[in-house]
Amino acid sequence: MKGKKYEGLLYITPWLIGLVVFTAFPFFASLFFSFTDYNLMSSPNFVGIDNYKTMFQTELFWKSFGITMSYVFITVPMKLAFALFIAYILNFKLKAVNFFRTAYYMPSILGGSVAVAVLWRFLFADTGLVNMILALFGVDSISWLGNPDYAIFTISLLRVWQFGSPMVIFLAALKNVPESLYEAARIDGASKVKTFIRVTLPMITPVLFFNFIMQLVQAFQEFNGPYIITGGGPLNSTYLFPLYIYDNAFRYFRMGYSSALSWFLFVVIMVFTLLAFKSEKHWVHYTEVE
Amino acid sequence: MAEVVLKSVEKQYPNGFKAVHGIDLEIKDGEFMVFVGPSGCAKSTTLRMVAGLEDITGGEIWIGDKCVNEVQPKDRGIAMVFQNYALYPHMTAYNNMAFGLQMSKTPKNIIDQRVREAAKHLEIEDLLDRKPKEMSGGQRQRVALGRALVRKPDVFLFDEPLSNLDAKLRVSMRVRIQELHEMLKAEGVPATMIYVTHDQVEAMTMGDRITVLNAGRIMQVDTPMNLYRKPENLFVAGFIGAPSMNLVDGEIVEMGGKVFVSIPGGVLPLPEEKAEKVRSHVGKKIKFGLRPEDIIANEVHEGGEGFVTGSVRVVEQMGNEEFIYFNAAGTQFIARVNPEQVKNIRKGEDYRFWFNLAKCHMFDLETEENLTL
Repeated sequence: MKGKKYEGLLYITPWLIGLVVFTAFPFFASLFFSFTDYNLMSSPNFVGIDNYKTMFQTELFWKSFGITMSYVFITVPMKLAFALFIAYILNFKLKAVNFFRTAYYMPSILGGSVAVAVLWRFLFADTGLVNMILALFGVDSISWLGNPDYAIFTISLLRVWQFGSPMVIFLAALKNVPESLYEAARIDGASKVKTFIRVTLPMITPVLFFNFIMQLVQAFQEFNGPYIITGGGPLNSTYLFPLYIYDNAFRYFRMGYSSALSWFLFVVIMVFTLLAFKSEKHWVHYTEVE
Repeated sequence: MAEVVLKSVEKQYPNGFKAVHGIDLEIKDGEFMVFVGPSGCAKSTTLRMVAGLEDITGGEIWIGDKCVNEVQPKDRGIAMVFQNYALYPHMTAYNNMAFGLQMSKTPKNIIDQRVREAAKHLEIEDLLDRKPKEMSGGQRQRVALGRALVRKPDVFLFDEPLSNLDAKLRVSMRVRIQELHEMLKAEGVPATMIYVTHDQVEAMTMGDRITVLNAGRIMQVDTPMNLYRKPENLFVAGFIGAPSMNLVDGEIVEMGGKVFVSIPGGVLPLPEEKAEKVRSHVGKKIKFGLRPEDIIANEVHEGGEGFVTGSVRVVEQMGNEEFIYFNAAGTQFIARVNPEQVKNIRKGEDYRFWFNLAKCHMFDLETEENLTL
């Protein structure tokens, strides 16, 4: 029995090492560094809460945080709505439905890659495909990435485009709604829209909640797209918070300050997640399916 | 108030499988009709076609004076109670019952009045604020019944509504549904009810009439007692009754001007009334049928003709009755006996059993029709 216990521990050792080295240690190390002036070159000196004070007094911090909030509040609802919409359509008994499911899931596999971000830059370049198509309809060329008003939209679009993962989860949830509920709703005289709002949506709220939390957390941490496509520009209009953290850490080597920024982001994400969990009882319906 | 008429109703699926073969059926206004049959006999499909949840591929369905082939379920004047209750899990019992009325934009005060009225009838007033997961199976089914009731439909459709309940609850819900039917009748708003079940006891106890279905065809439509006593064909004879009718191979023979039926275990003289009906089949093979209660142990019936000797294999004691399984010439029969009258029957011993041939049935082997009606 004792041998069995050690055997089990042995099996999870790789995971435990990974947890300690790559998650737990950096996690607590960053908390420590956030109270220091660590710059990678010299040993860290304790500076108390100076990094946090500086942070709140920096204009770029507030600007980056504001842009991140806009980005989150644009992309999360849009991505969820889009994922749900496509999942709803794919839930119909269509011909070649498996092909469409794969096709719609593709962007999620490709979307996070550097190659697609580069492709996105070309698509939305001044002489890119999007402007070429618009030109066919007589629309003047738009500076998607050069105009601060459009750049955040273009970056957001890349995130919304990667709707495959929540879509697959929505699809599974939609398939789990018992057919008899739809039949009861038909007999009750509910229209398609009413059925969706009053029956389908409440039935999938646990999954909606899960997707919401996941997307919220991921959106706050978005880095690849804006870094590769715009580098945070123009005029810092796509300068998301993770970019601000990255620049401070690896361009200006302000590891201590950067750690403080990371902890601020962690707290923000935690607050929003807690708020979401607090609201859960008002709109999430955990039901047993007959 | 509405009668339901099915005229040559067919259902064929896109893969070519024909589930319903031209059903003709008239269900009278206010009648309690039960559809019964084995699994896959299309009883639920037929009900769902009446509900409008399943398209029909041939024939017509009339509810009242309206052909409803192209009418949406909500406009057919029906309400349905599903096997799995189909209550909206995120809504309270009150909202579940009110949902249909809300969809038809019924004023709030009327919705409230109807929901509370139905809740009172069904004794679920204290459950109105609860969600389905906070209720037992029986309570959920009463809410489902309430949801149907508040719509004040012309036709109630029940799709095996009690099969998810335990035996005791099933009995009480059975009575409740019958009471509901009677109550509506007494209130001057009789509702036509169509009830699908595979449970014979439900069928026999609830229906004014029963439609027995098999493989998408109607086998017989009749009152419960007529189905039991006068089955029109071999299928109904075998399906109705538990334990089912003894059905064995036999032959009609004539000796000295008298007609007999030859079955495993003996050649038995037929009463005049039965003999006349099967005289045309003399020399032909038939299927002989006799209900278990029409086989009587000789302890009770002595003397005379019509005895078969059998070796008792199993005695099943049910408390109020006993089922005796015995073999005669290699064929198994079942006799249903009163344990008060028959006390000494033991497994493995031979006994004489009297076959009450005045109650027997004989079926044509080709047409499977009952020759003795």
